[in-house]
Amino acid sequence: MADKLTNAQIAWRAAQDLPDGAYVNLGIGFPEMIAKFKPQGREVIYHTENGVLDFGEAPPAGEEDWDLINAGKKAITLNAGASFFHHADSFAMVRGGHLDVAVLGAYEVSENGDLANWSTGPGSVPAVGGAMDLVHGAKQVWVVTDHVTKKGEPKLLRQCRLPLTGVACVTTVYTSLAVIDIRGGRFVLREKLPGMSLDALQALTEATLVVESPVKDLVVPEV
Amino acid sequence: MNKVYATIGDALDGIEDGMDVMIGGFGGAGAPIELIHALVDRYETTGSPGRLTVINNNAGNGAVGIAAMIYAGMVARMVCSFPRSSDPKAFTEKYLAGEIGLELVPQGTLAERIRAGGAGIPAFYTPTSYGTDVAEGKPVAEFDGRHYVQERWLKADVALIKAECADAKGNLTYRKAARNFSPLMAMAARTTIVQASRIVAPGEIGPEHVVTPGIFVDRVVQVANPQQEEALLREGAK
Repeated sequence: MADKLTNAQIAWRAAQDLPDGAYVNLGIGFPEMIAKFKPQGREVIYHTENGVLDFGEAPPAGEEDWDLINAGKKAITLNAGASFFHHADSFAMVRGGHLDVAVLGAYEVSENGDLANWSTGPGSVPAVGGAMDLVHGAKQVWVVTDHVTKKGEPKLLRQCRLPLTGVACVTTVYTSLAVIDIRGGRFVLREKLPGMSLDALQALTEATLVVESPVKDLVVPEV
Repeated sequence: MNKVYATIGDALDGIEDGMDVMIGGFGGAGAPIELIHALVDRYETTGSPGRLTVINNNAGNGAVGIAAMIYAGMVARMVCSFPRSSDPKAFTEKYLAGEIGLELVPQGTLAERIRAGGAGIPAFYTPTSYGTDVAEGKPVAEFDGRHYVQERWLKADVALIKAECADAKGNLTYRKAARNFSPLMAMAARTTIVQASRIVAPGEIGPEHVVTPGIFVDRVVQVANPQQEEALLREGAK
């Protein structure tokens, strides 16, 4: 096994935890890949902020209907039983606690569950979209991310340095090296790559990794 | 009662310099392209209406729709959640040059502020943005052990809306995900102007199928076979 998971493998791992019958919002970009890896036989209903519940795969090229898109402005199709609704209803589903899982990407996550994923600071055009709403309301808020930045610096921190998206909102982080739950303001290690020692993982993680029960192997097929 | 106007020009009468204009649509879905471009043409011909505040989820894409308004120079300020797009040049250049204002509002808060504006609720509390830069300066309160940020209602002078079907009493339906912000904006504007692909006799939209009741709509004009912003951009519209 390679020394870290690809994004597709991180998405695969997160997908294995999707509860049957769940209402789920997958963030634009990386988190969207999770839908591809949903385990057979499990029913998941996807929500998108712009007002569609129960959408399916992208249509074949040339068959797009640009009035039928997701929050990433990509063309989608509908499953039987889908519905349309306006934005206030859509975000009532979000803030009102009706979603089971929301999955987002991250620049940084802190051990108390703070998330920074919308702004790299001054100098660019700020854009937040629905991220600040999504982190409050879903019963579980998952993050999928590389374990470290492109420069190799930790993304799992004691405190976020970049502007926050939300405070104490993340429940689980699926990284390229580990699966980590956030409980009681601490990173609790659930799984790690079998070839990696706890010390090596800790060296790439700024905040302390807590081990409460035996750490399982993070084993993901080639996808 | 007949809210149907014969021409787009008539339907757009009374939009003045400095007004707040809500424009329906999320990305290209639901963008009232014909209403927007008639307004751009009017500005380019007469120099008015300018200095507008435009309220939309985004801040234009490519060079059509809201991006065309920005290029024309008629927009002083955007209120939106996501001023980025596949081609955000129109807004980005003016923003970085300090020539256009931006009020950044989280998407769900934007929707709820507009809904509150239409519903007569001057302020409300939301967990969204608590503890972030976006909440700076806003009152915070604790309810049942959790912190919430106070947000104010958002209203407008005018809303420009794209509907699929309308009747003379202003009842509306929308096409697929083109609905998005439009039912909220129709409530929150003093004058709601709608372009509809079809106009039918009252009663033809079944009462159980009306999405926006006519009380929220002031003017309706038919635009059969309307342009779709995303389709235009993909065709390489300039």
